[in-house]
Amino acid sequence: MYIASARAGARTRLGAVPRTVVALGVVSLLTDVSAEMITAFLPVYLLFSLNIGYVQFGLLDGLYTGATAVLRLVGGHVADRLRRPKLVAGIGYGLSAATKLVFPAVGASAFGIGGVIAADRAGKGLRTAPRDALISLSVPPERLGTAFGVHRSMDTVGAMIGPIVTFLILTNLGSAPTPFFVVSFGFAVLGLIVLGFFVPERAQAAASVGPRPSIKAGLALLKDVPFRRAGMIAALLGLATVSDAFVFVLVQRTTEIPLGWLPLLPLGTALTFLLFAAPLGRLSDRIGRWPVFFGGHVLLLGVYLLLLAPAGGVPLAVAALLMHGLFYAATDGVLSAWTGAMIPESLRGSGLAVVQTGQALARLVSSIAFGFLLQYATLSTAVLTAVGLLGVALLVVLVVTRKEESAS
Amino acid sequence: MTRNRTALGVVLIVVVVLATGIYLWRVGGPSGATAATAPADGAAITLVDQRDGGDTVASVDPSATDGTRTPTGLRCQRIYTAGGTTVCLRVAGIGPSFEAAVFVGGAVVKSIPLPGVPSRARVSASGKIVSWTVFVTGDSYASAGGFSTRTGYFDLRSGEVVESLETYALTVDRTAHTASDVNYWGMTFEADDTAFYATVGTGGRRWLIKGSTATRTAATVRQGPECPSLSPDGKRLAYKKATKWVGRWELAVSDLATGVETVIPGTAGIDDQAAWLDDSTLAYGVPSQQTGVPGVYRVAADGKSEPVLVATAASSPVPAR
Repeated sequence: MYIASARAGARTRLGAVPRTVVALGVVSLLTDVSAEMITAFLPVYLLFSLNIGYVQFGLLDGLYTGATAVLRLVGGHVADRLRRPKLVAGIGYGLSAATKLVFPAVGASAFGIGGVIAADRAGKGLRTAPRDALISLSVPPERLGTAFGVHRSMDTVGAMIGPIVTFLILTNLGSAPTPFFVVSFGFAVLGLIVLGFFVPERAQAAASVGPRPSIKAGLALLKDVPFRRAGMIAALLGLATVSDAFVFVLVQRTTEIPLGWLPLLPLGTALTFLLFAAPLGRLSDRIGRWPVFFGGHVLLLGVYLLLLAPAGGVPLAVAALLMHGLFYAATDGVLSAWTGAMIPESLRGSGLAVVQTGQALARLVSSIAFGFLLQYATLSTAVLTAVGLLGVALLVVLVVTRKEESAS
Repeated sequence: MTRNRTALGVVLIVVVVLATGIYLWRVGGPSGATAATAPADGAAITLVDQRDGGDTVASVDPSATDGTRTPTGLRCQRIYTAGGTTVCLRVAGIGPSFEAAVFVGGAVVKSIPLPGVPSRARVSASGKIVSWTVFVTGDSYASAGGFSTRTGYFDLRSGEVVESLETYALTVDRTAHTASDVNYWGMTFEADDTAFYATVGTGGRRWLIKGSTATRTAATVRQGPECPSLSPDGKRLAYKKATKWVGRWELAVSDLATGVETVIPGTAGIDDQAAWLDDSTLAYGVPSQQTGVPGVYRVAADGKSEPVLVATAASSPVPAR
């Protein structure tokens, strides 16, 4: 039914994305409100409500990020194997929702809080690949870019609402922790309800095209040249991507805007991302996903170059955040659209998980390396290194793709 | 079938929204504590009362345990008062973002937007210099590459705000230091309102530093002590000191003339910048070993007695002088 309605309009319009994608967008929006509420509240909770330090959490953070990257592979594979991506995604969403109620129970135990955060991350790791598989299976390949764009845009709306909810509770109810966790749990449950009642399980599950899902079949995907190349490109560019936290700190320091504006900088990137994710996704459907994905990373190089300009003030900061948001809009959903179209339907979850895991691990390595670099180098040296790495990575990618094109 | 499913989904959504709404309505807000007046002077101490999550600043009698708390009308995450000047670190806007509100004689004379979540606040004994430390957390649960802090100060005489000490020229072990991962936290001022002690962290190590706001320089004194707090007579320095457990500290006091260090027994688990109630007594906040609820304690600075509980579910103690 929804596939028929999606195919009714011959031209890709933003309003023509299928119900499943919109419903999954609503699920992600609600879940992100729930998650980002807690992200915004957690520092206040740890430092003020519990009066415990931050040191241990920084150490554990990298570990969790690595572990959840691997869990993505599990989520993708199990979803393919059972042919039930919605069920596996639901377990991931459910796990994250449950952690919101466990927070108050573990109290001030750093070990306990670390465990709850890890469980929350595990839920995110489990659900991501099956959810993207659901999106990619509900639209024809020529519309994947638009569909992922609309989804990422709705997701980001949730990420912006979350901190606002936290602020409203802080000012109206004070910093007693329970209301934050209850409201966050409420949003997460709403997301689960929308997933359960408004997102159909893969309609064509029985008839999905491609090899029988198995670990061997998943690994065999890597023998497919375009897919392997795409995965390696995503990972290589991921290695040269500086984490958001560093970008915002660098933007503040190099443009010399007031330090008090630092908490607002992520909003600039997020706002640009949510406004442009759908239009750039649609553009990728028209002119091809690869040029948009590549172009996005050129914009990122532009951000780094802007950071080399001395004391640019507000205009430079605005330009940098705009380009940073456009980088996300041109690469985040577009990567799933680009690689999703190369993967047989029966292996969609595993395949998307492989690409996303490669990119996530590469970014983790880059962020650790960059942190290490800052222990010894000045800021401008660090930025120059980032510019050099990304520039070389882009050149390598360009040469490789040209060669492959002329060879085929 | 599909219609029934949709209807059931809508009903469940309404139920969850109503249940959450009713919960919030029943919780209600903190009881009438929004008037912006600075705490009154007296023989008491002020602290942040965390009992109903209202962040209400209250004054209590430090010689009693859990005595009557008198609300001052302020709401802060962190507070300090000295020389007639009060600094209140509090929620300011969405993000959530925070500000340092500086009060003199009950009126706000300055509001400084903060780049992160309040951690420490201090006012020099004369009331002329106000400083603060915040945690900057980036966009994830904990910022990549560990945590980072920003420490700034406001000079009431010149009106100048220095947003972060990271612009200072830093000397580590007599060598000029240029690494970019430098974090400062926990300032405390000498009587001249110029010289100060603080903590610097770089390359995974922490140091006690001594600096000067006149020359904008700082140099390491020795490795280890964090969140220093200078006694009113300027002779002793209280600070937290790492134990053999990672991320666990205890309170110690060092005599600046002799260099003799006294570790205060019963203070393990502290993560605070202690406040001197007088030249021989310290107060600090620490989470309870049993319940995890933070409480305020006072303890003799000679290390000869155990800490005494002043208030449960409270933090940020400061003498109301």
